[in-house]
Amino acid sequence: MTAAVAITPSVESLQNTARTLRRHALRMIAEAKSGHPGGSLSSAEIVTALYFGGILRHDPANPEDPDRDRFILSKGHGVPILYAALAESGYFPVEELMTLRQVDSRLQGHPVLGTVPGIEASTGSLGQGLSIGIGHAVAGRLDGKQFHTFVVLGDGECQEGQVWEAAMAAPNFELDTLTAIVDSNRYQLDGAVEDIMSLAPIVDKFAAFGWNVLEIDGHDMGAVVAALSQARAHRGQPTCIIAHTVKGKGVTFMENDNEFHGKAPNKDQLEVALSQLAPVT
Amino acid sequence: MRATFIKALAEIAERDERVMLLTADLGYTVLEEFAGRFPSRFFNVGVAEQNMLGVATGLAESGFIPFVYSIATFATLRPYEFIRNGPILHQLPVRIVGVGGGFEYGTAGPTHHAVEDVGVLRLQPGITVIAPADYNQARTALETTWELDGPVYYRLGKDEQRLVPGLDGAFSLGRAQLVRDGDALLIVVMGSVAPEAVAAAEELSVDGIECAVLVVASVSPVPEEDLIEQLSRFRTVLTVEAHFVTGGVGSLVAEVAADNGLGCRVVRNGVKVPLGAPGGSEAYLLDHHGLSRGKLREAARLAVLQTASI
Repeated sequence: MTAAVAITPSVESLQNTARTLRRHALRMIAEAKSGHPGGSLSSAEIVTALYFGGILRHDPANPEDPDRDRFILSKGHGVPILYAALAESGYFPVEELMTLRQVDSRLQGHPVLGTVPGIEASTGSLGQGLSIGIGHAVAGRLDGKQFHTFVVLGDGECQEGQVWEAAMAAPNFELDTLTAIVDSNRYQLDGAVEDIMSLAPIVDKFAAFGWNVLEIDGHDMGAVVAALSQARAHRGQPTCIIAHTVKGKGVTFMENDNEFHGKAPNKDQLEVALSQLAPVT
Repeated sequence: MRATFIKALAEIAERDERVMLLTADLGYTVLEEFAGRFPSRFFNVGVAEQNMLGVATGLAESGFIPFVYSIATFATLRPYEFIRNGPILHQLPVRIVGVGGGFEYGTAGPTHHAVEDVGVLRLQPGITVIAPADYNQARTALETTWELDGPVYYRLGKDEQRLVPGLDGAFSLGRAQLVRDGDALLIVVMGSVAPEAVAAAEELSVDGIECAVLVVASVSPVPEEDLIEQLSRFRTVLTVEAHFVTGGVGSLVAEVAADNGLGCRVVRNGVKVPLGAPGGSEAYLLDHHGLSRGKLREAARLAVLQTASI
């Protein structure tokens, strides 16, 4: 692996990076007039911690490195925040972000393997990413490699049956090189998860399936970095991080307003949002 | 067919450490040889076909060649969306092994009858679809395709005894095999029902009616040139498959005929009604759906008479 050893930046610096990713995501979605702001913003700290907090071992100059850590965004509709992280990491030019969902763009509305480097799986049909992550983790073990596989799921996504097939398999296979992070923003397209098909108690469910479960505030950058480090170090079983998040986090009028699950902000809304997400010095 | 296939797979796995075998709890009495010889490369994922296809996708992305094994209906229909979004969309070397194509699980009932597996996979560009006619052809098919870059579906039978006369285990991607020649009619057959079709042709021969029989095991890629060559020789073609007549080899032959402006009539023999009643053994169900040698013989005789009167 050729990547330099990452020096973990300060929490303040990471918080600013998260703001940068949020601004990118909203600009992209506004330009495309289509996309999912709510679930992109709720994942911002998780994705920032992975890519910029010294968690993910990766080399943007060598995206096919067999020793790289794998990151799979199973909740594929949140891809704007991932594209932003990949661009800021150097996988492709930041300017390309504004081509989201445009004709002939590599940045499709849900991630597609083989389009831009850094995308590890085609997702968008919910419930499929954790299974793919298990495949990578098993492959790594068979090959004697040290890489870790991280999979981010949505809480609504956990209503898919396949998630629980995978949740059953990973502890059975003793995959301690696999970490699932549930971005638990409490909303799905049609409304509150609690009202539509409650997953409670989700911590108990994953624990009962044999996972090492950590529960954190998914917007507390220090806590996110610490939990991901802990997950990586944990031996004997896979770790599931239940990250309690706020849908639309960082923009006052989007927070917990499920209207912005899948609706792009208009020009005026974007201006207000960007001002709220300005870098803090 | 499946025992031969797994034995051949174990031999390949001996040579290539990338080969893996996954099953969703249907390996009993079949997969032990592989599991015993390569325990680290065998996974029983439990009764969870969707996860099995997902795990296989991740394994293939990381450089392995995973074979996933189940009864044909469960291997193809339950995880169908994942086959589309995983191995096909990613163009990965995942091998889906479906056992018991057609009515091979006869008395187990319609949930176990795979009569649309070939159709649903054939309509996806980007996956090779192979339906061997006997166990020798299954072995050749595996040996010549296991290392392909993209995904493959193998539709296997369970029989390890019957051989299609004249086939001699021949298989070639994108080719069809003429196992018997004649001038009265062309029979195009797919899958393990092939011995019935050949038997029907042999019985007609006694009456002086000589039918040619073409085996299509390489369903995708389509054996276009071989089909054009053979279809062009006949006014009537009888297709035979333990599969719905829509989507399988009957559709395939009709497509090739239409695409190329060939003048032959296509008489499709296969399943034409919804599954359900009646229940019965494979032999009973094949006969019920017009696919026994006796029913095929009469269907062919009728087609020859109709052709003569056109």
